[in-house]
Amino acid sequence: MGQINAIELKNITKRFGKITASDRVCMNVRRGEILSVLGENGSGKTTLMNIISGIYFPDEGQIFVNGQEVAIRSPKDAYHLGIGMIHQHFKLIDVLSAAENIVLGLPGKLRLNLQEVAEKINALTAKYGFELDPYQKIYEMSVSQKQTVEIVKMLYRGANILILDEPTAVLTPQEADKLFAVLRNMRDDGRAIIIITHKLQEVMALSDRVTVLRKGKYIGTIPTHEATVELLTEMMVGEKVNLDIERPNPVDPQKRLILRNLTCVNKEGATTLDHVSLEAYSGEILGIAGIAGSGQRELLEAIAGLQPIEEGSIEYIAPDANQALEISAMDAVNIGKLGIRLSFVPEDRLGMGLVGSMDMTDNMMIRSYKKGKFFFVDRKKPKNLAEKVIEELQINTPGVDTPVSRLSGGNVQKVLVGREIASSPTVLMVAYPVRGLDIHSSYTIYHLLNEQKKNGVAVICVGEDLDVLIQLCDRILVLSNGKVSGIVDARQTTKDKIGILMMHTVKENQK
Amino acid sequence: MQKQNHAVYKEPLFRVSKREELSLWRAWLIRICAILISLIVCAAVIYFLTKLNPIQVYEAIFEGALGTEKRTWVTLRDSLILLCIAVAITPAFKMKFWNVGAEGQVLMGGLVTAAIMIYAGDALPSIILFPVMLLASALAGLLWGFMPAVFKAKWNTNETLFTLMLNYVAMQLVSFCIVFWENPAGSNAVGIINSITEAGWFKPLFGLTYGWNVIIVLVITIVMYAYLKYTKQGYEIAVVGESENTARYAGINVKKVIMRTMAISGALCGIAGFILVSGASHTISTNTAGGRGFTAIIVAWLSKLNAFVMVLVSFLLVFMEKGSIQIASQFNLNEYASDVLTGIILFFVLGCEFFIHYRVNKGHRKKEN
Repeated sequence: MGQINAIELKNITKRFGKITASDRVCMNVRRGEILSVLGENGSGKTTLMNIISGIYFPDEGQIFVNGQEVAIRSPKDAYHLGIGMIHQHFKLIDVLSAAENIVLGLPGKLRLNLQEVAEKINALTAKYGFELDPYQKIYEMSVSQKQTVEIVKMLYRGANILILDEPTAVLTPQEADKLFAVLRNMRDDGRAIIIITHKLQEVMALSDRVTVLRKGKYIGTIPTHEATVELLTEMMVGEKVNLDIERPNPVDPQKRLILRNLTCVNKEGATTLDHVSLEAYSGEILGIAGIAGSGQRELLEAIAGLQPIEEGSIEYIAPDANQALEISAMDAVNIGKLGIRLSFVPEDRLGMGLVGSMDMTDNMMIRSYKKGKFFFVDRKKPKNLAEKVIEELQINTPGVDTPVSRLSGGNVQKVLVGREIASSPTVLMVAYPVRGLDIHSSYTIYHLLNEQKKNGVAVICVGEDLDVLIQLCDRILVLSNGKVSGIVDARQTTKDKIGILMMHTVKENQK
Repeated sequence: MQKQNHAVYKEPLFRVSKREELSLWRAWLIRICAILISLIVCAAVIYFLTKLNPIQVYEAIFEGALGTEKRTWVTLRDSLILLCIAVAITPAFKMKFWNVGAEGQVLMGGLVTAAIMIYAGDALPSIILFPVMLLASALAGLLWGFMPAVFKAKWNTNETLFTLMLNYVAMQLVSFCIVFWENPAGSNAVGIINSITEAGWFKPLFGLTYGWNVIIVLVITIVMYAYLKYTKQGYEIAVVGESENTARYAGINVKKVIMRTMAISGALCGIAGFILVSGASHTISTNTAGGRGFTAIIVAWLSKLNAFVMVLVSFLLVFMEKGSIQIASQFNLNEYASDVLTGIILFFVLGCEFFIHYRVNKGHRKKEN
């Protein structure tokens, strides 16, 4: 292990208008080392990595690769310098095989010898312990396999410096462990690896050193063995934070929603939900876990009346009624007309929950604009609501007239959650409520969900961070390929148990 | 090892970065500068291509558009019709429904108006004739706008192709009708309808020849502005245009909104056809719409779908068009000379928006010590 810096950044500054996304950041990665770059959303992690991979050009500062000063003006320059970035969203062509995707865009002879390519790929995968079939098509792959293709693609191109942006966001705990093993093998082979993350457990488990950023500023770098979760959080947030999530016991739970054998089919004819049955109680948080795309979105949308239902039933029991009300055949318009106060915070905030180009006032009235018989819209009440939400949830915005797309991710989510809670719902469904949010905002959202729970609302929460789900929810339902693979008591379960349930039907199918 | 030749330190020449919000007056300063620069560039182009005195050419353009009272009125009349069509297609474009069929919708409105003028012009009293023509032309345009909307809503057909094809159907219908309405026989043209009785012609209002044109178009413009901005239906159009998913989530009936909005858009285009025939040309031909249905799209987007900005933009385009006819005859220039000038002006006016939103830095980087 030589002490040569694979990459060194000196005083890198990048501004976007008024915002300084990266403020005199210094950082270095040695060969044969895994460095975590830790920071909340908006701390400038991604900006920094985009600078290294040639997408942005810094306003000030210097970059050294292997001790030599360089100017990385495009991703092509980065590629020639041996820098490979693996983005959160994979850039692969579905109908091509792994091998074809890997050689795509590379110079070579006129005639493509795929067999030769496959052999080279196999040599690489054997060396580092990947599992990959070069001839498998991308559309047949799981998310984790696609990620493997992306990593092998970079290695095949001779990348010595690998940057991974939130690599475990889409993986099960078991898959993440596999990835870590591979990354360690690559480190031992002398490559430099940078992991961008905001998950502290990952940092502790994987990296040799950790660099912390906060609000675009460089805070410090420490060896991981000297770090603790508390210390890293403090560096990241700038103050001591209580990381415990409160979980009050459910008071007088009553059945609110009953789903029986719910089955949905998407436009392509694939089954997205397969005989899902569940019961949601008032005063309880029901968590929903699963690998991305296991039917979480369809489940919530079906309940909200936004998905056509193939089979099965959804029944709603109002707080004072003793009779169940069948709502399976209704769309969102009719559910609203019946006075069923069903709130829904969708996963796609700016693509479904809000209209990005509209201001807060207009967004507040999206689900209530029809109220009143008047032909003209009433903007007074939504405006008051907007002002109230800004104050109560401490939303950072220039004013109610600013388009919501200009707000940061956390504030956008507060606008959305604030609006949905304001209608005093009896059922509250939230999908990935803290995705992209900093620690403070995340805890504000957890707190809001708990408030609703205490008010007797039936809360259904789809989440991706199992640690959080286990701490926040009362029960957790695990989806796997559109089927319910288990419902567990969150107070009794472990991350591994849920991880196994998440993979459940996948394994069955392979047999 | 990597190739080392790329490790050589090279600075990029320019770097573009996003600006913070500019104050309003600085933004307008940039726009005014852009117009001035465009005029200077135009002058240079005129001089080097034709060796004419640019000032004289500018004078001629002005002369052609606003030189006499009659010319001023014609320029005004044509800008009003262009404005009317631009306003009519605005709700469709706000909904991201690519209605390129305004040409056909206008033509249908004009055709129906002409038919009523020919068959009932002398029979009905004005007080009934005009409302009937207005209504009938609106219905004809509505039909032409509604058809593609129904197919889009029910079967998700491509509205761009559909509306475009309907333009040709409308033109064929007009050709077909000309066979019956030929006047004089054998001319293959309709000629001026009711040239003696002037039945179904717009009467002067407050002593102004085109008084009715002004009133009708201004009312449509103001009502449309209010409709889009202050009504629930206008709000629905905006939401559907931004994201159909959000619209469904909000409980908006997307299909209904598409059909309703296109009905409105088509009907207003039909009324534009009514104004064209009854209030301006007093005849009908396949050329009656004359490409205005397409120019209106440019007007609408240049104005960022703001009905009031459209007043200025449509005036500018018609002003240049009229000026071009003048310079063509006065200096023996090709009519396209003015298109070149319009192009240069638009290039600068649109290009300056880039400088309002972005800052261009020279490649020199400060080195930190």
